Amino acid sequence: MSTLSTNTDMVGKTRKPLAEFWRRFMRQKVALVALGFLILLIGAAVFAPWIAPYDPTQPDYVNVLQGPSAQHWAGTDTYGRDIFSRIIWGARISLAVGFLSVTLGAIGGVGLGIIAGFYGRWIDSLVMRVCDLLLAFPGILLAIAVIAILGPGITNVIYAVAIFSVPVFARLARGTTLQLKQAVYVDAARAVGVADRVIMLRHILPGTLPNVIVYFSMRIGTSILTAAALSFIGLGAQPPSPEWGAMLADGRTYMGVADHLTLFPGLAIFLTVLGFNLLGDGLRDALDPKLRSH
Amino acid sequence: MTTARQDGSDPTISVEGLNVEFRGENGVFHAVKDLSFHIRAGETLAVVGESGSGKSVSSLSVMRLIEFGGGRISGGSIRLTGRDGNLRDITATSMEQMEAVRGNDVAMIFQEPMTSLNPVFTVGEQIAEAVRLHQDCTPDMARAEALRMLEKVRIPDAKSILDRHPHQLSGGMRQRVMIAMALSCKPRLLIADEPTTALDVTIQAQILQLIRLLQEEMGMAVLFITHDMGVVAEVADRVLVMRHGEKVEEGDVRQIFEAPQHPYTRALLAAVPRLGALNGEELPRPFPQLREGGDYRSADGFDQYPSQNTVEAGAPVLEVQNLVTRFDIRRGLFSRVSGRVHAVENVNFNLHKGETLALVGESGCGKSTTGRTLMMLQEATSGSVLYHGKDIFRLPARERKAVRRKIQYVFQDPFASLDPRLTVGFSIAEPLITHGLAAGRGIDERVAELLIDVGLRPEHAQRYPYEFSGGQRQRICIARALAGEPDVLITDEAVAALDVSIQAQVINLLMDLQRKRGLSYVFISHDMAVVERVSHRVAVMYLGQIVEIGPRRQIFENPQHPYTRRLLSAVPVASPDARDHQRPLIEGEIPSAMRRVDDPPLVAPLIEVAPDHFVARHAIGTFDAA
Repeated sequence: MSTLSTNTDMVGKTRKPLAEFWRRFMRQKVALVALGFLILLIGAAVFAPWIAPYDPTQPDYVNVLQGPSAQHWAGTDTYGRDIFSRIIWGARISLAVGFLSVTLGAIGGVGLGIIAGFYGRWIDSLVMRVCDLLLAFPGILLAIAVIAILGPGITNVIYAVAIFSVPVFARLARGTTLQLKQAVYVDAARAVGVADRVIMLRHILPGTLPNVIVYFSMRIGTSILTAAALSFIGLGAQPPSPEWGAMLADGRTYMGVADHLTLFPGLAIFLTVLGFNLLGDGLRDALDPKLRSH
Repeated sequence: MTTARQDGSDPTISVEGLNVEFRGENGVFHAVKDLSFHIRAGETLAVVGESGSGKSVSSLSVMRLIEFGGGRISGGSIRLTGRDGNLRDITATSMEQMEAVRGNDVAMIFQEPMTSLNPVFTVGEQIAEAVRLHQDCTPDMARAEALRMLEKVRIPDAKSILDRHPHQLSGGMRQRVMIAMALSCKPRLLIADEPTTALDVTIQAQILQLIRLLQEEMGMAVLFITHDMGVVAEVADRVLVMRHGEKVEEGDVRQIFEAPQHPYTRALLAAVPRLGALNGEELPRPFPQLREGGDYRSADGFDQYPSQNTVEAGAPVLEVQNLVTRFDIRRGLFSRVSGRVHAVENVNFNLHKGETLALVGESGCGKSTTGRTLMMLQEATSGSVLYHGKDIFRLPARERKAVRRKIQYVFQDPFASLDPRLTVGFSIAEPLITHGLAAGRGIDERVAELLIDVGLRPEHAQRYPYEFSGGQRQRICIARALAGEPDVLITDEAVAALDVSIQAQVINLLMDLQRKRGLSYVFISHDMAVVERVSHRVAVMYLGQIVEIGPRRQIFENPQHPYTRRLLSAVPVASPDARDHQRPLIEGEIPSAMRRVDDPPLVAPLIEVAPDHFVARHAIGTFDAA
């Protein structure tokens, strides 16, 4: 109701959009806790060489398969390596894979989505049909197919996971673009003589970002999970690198004998994915225009 | 009860000392302050005011809908006499009980009839649902009642309308359906919140007539919210003027129009464009502006401006020749073209330097599409537009970009046409950057100059669009349009969304710029009174064709085409005296410009009836050949 909104406009001075977003985000308690955990995790990953009490790849055949203790907080594995140290170093790999793959996927997807949405016609049909095709595969299957072509290894996992992020971001960006290109200010820019590519970069891209940011965060969780799964089946990180999924795979044979081998890497994956999802939820609530009235 | 009983009957509603507030982050905003009024059965109270005056907030409070918008009734009472004769205080009623009051004792119709109807149900189902919610009856009875209501609001062929979905109806028809729905439970009080603002004048006239007629039949009290003084004069018995949430003045409609007491009421009335104000004058003339403390009834109370003779003879700046714009409608599996919207059909006109040509007509007549085609926002089907003799549709890309700079556009909604994420300074600078007209500090200097030219301050450049009022935003849009030093400005309903007092200021600004810069305007508008003020020549459009084009004085004082006459007669006159003269009942819808592929409309050249005055004499739509 326009009359109402003009009135709420007058409730004191309106804020800058960014300040408004912060104010709303600060109210999302759960998301703030998730953010705190993730910052801690990122800190641990960055400072791993200084934080980790042991070398993650150095075997210690005297202390094999020991349970959690004061020396080894999360115990040791079959080679006597400190699991806590491996998890901290593993955070580097998981977070790097998550961020890089989703960033690649988001850049490609948003670019394609905006172009498809803006020009419509055959470009739109082409991009969207390719997206449909990619989405028709279960993500993990697609990633396995990509690895099968590129060969195993953590770098290729990044590409594999990135590729199946592309269609999701493309759809998201296309949807917002279809809406924004109807906006009068896009017509106004065109009337002024602004070129299409400038309109897309200057007037449409910023409008798609709120949605993209929310999905970006949620997608990192999914990507970490997929990367871990690929490593679990031996297609990702190769031994002895301390990847969480690979650690799970190593510990699998000792389940029942030494639960801590699977418990701690599993917990790390679970908490990280949960953290990114909760953060995404919070961002969505803070950014979603539909929830934006009071 | 303190309300005086003047004619022995209790008022249907009496509001005493109403206060409504919105709690925001930065404290409390009082939207309505100490408002009191009452309405008796069969009486219409019009609440007028500009945007933000609290008129809608008051009406939403009566429905207790204000709570859903984040507001709170913080004081006062709203006493309503229900159908059962019981008096209840709305402010002390629980939300559950309010559900029974809404639609039953009080009903409401809104401005936008499309969004107020549910698109997935048929019209009949929706009215029947409203009936069954408040009355104990079978589905068949409800349907019969729905049909009766549709007939009551004078919908032709009501039986077939019953099974249609809202999107299959025109705006006027939808508003009738809304009224039928609102009245289905025979409310004691009808709240009409700007019910005709989104409608065309000829349709508005029909709806206003209908509301008055139904009020007489059903004896309801009507609370009519509007910003349009012409509409007030048409419908109101009493008038309440609001400003900044407070009652400024209340009185009988005649007293308000003939002897307004408060300076604000006077200023408001003075700003209303009146049709016929320039009778006998050849040239356009800016709106007089009420001087501080000036008397609005005498001419000395105003700053008067001389009429403007800005048209330069010589070759026209713009020549539009046989312009046609059509939209294909595709249906079916193979997207076969099943029909076409003939938005613009064979439109011809010239525009000289310093001249204002108004394109007038109702929604769907093709005036905006004509403007968009000139601006190359829309591809023309055929025809040509010559800018200084060069056909802009057939120019190489580079020259076309240069021409774009010289023809600029101002949109209706100033808020929507500014990117909310960019500062207004950047929006104004965008044409300068795009066309390389300035660089570095030069950009800031040009932006500052442009802001001053449109009556704003240079420091405004740093702010974002939401920090400005509607009128200021439109000034910003005008500054942006001027940045490229254009010759031609196409203004598409540029003042339609503004309050009257702001409207007059923006129009005067446009005319001032025309005088100083020799700009030519294509002034697209539906508002005949505004058009009379600004234009040198007028083209009346109907179903994509120009039915009449000529000098402004000719069109307004000696209209030749029956459609022009109808358009002029439908304009509400801001004087209660005018409604006593029974105006001819306007009937009928605006026909659709959509046609089957094998059924193109009849197009013929216009006939010159006087020097420079051309009229269509062939059959168009519902008008037969003369």
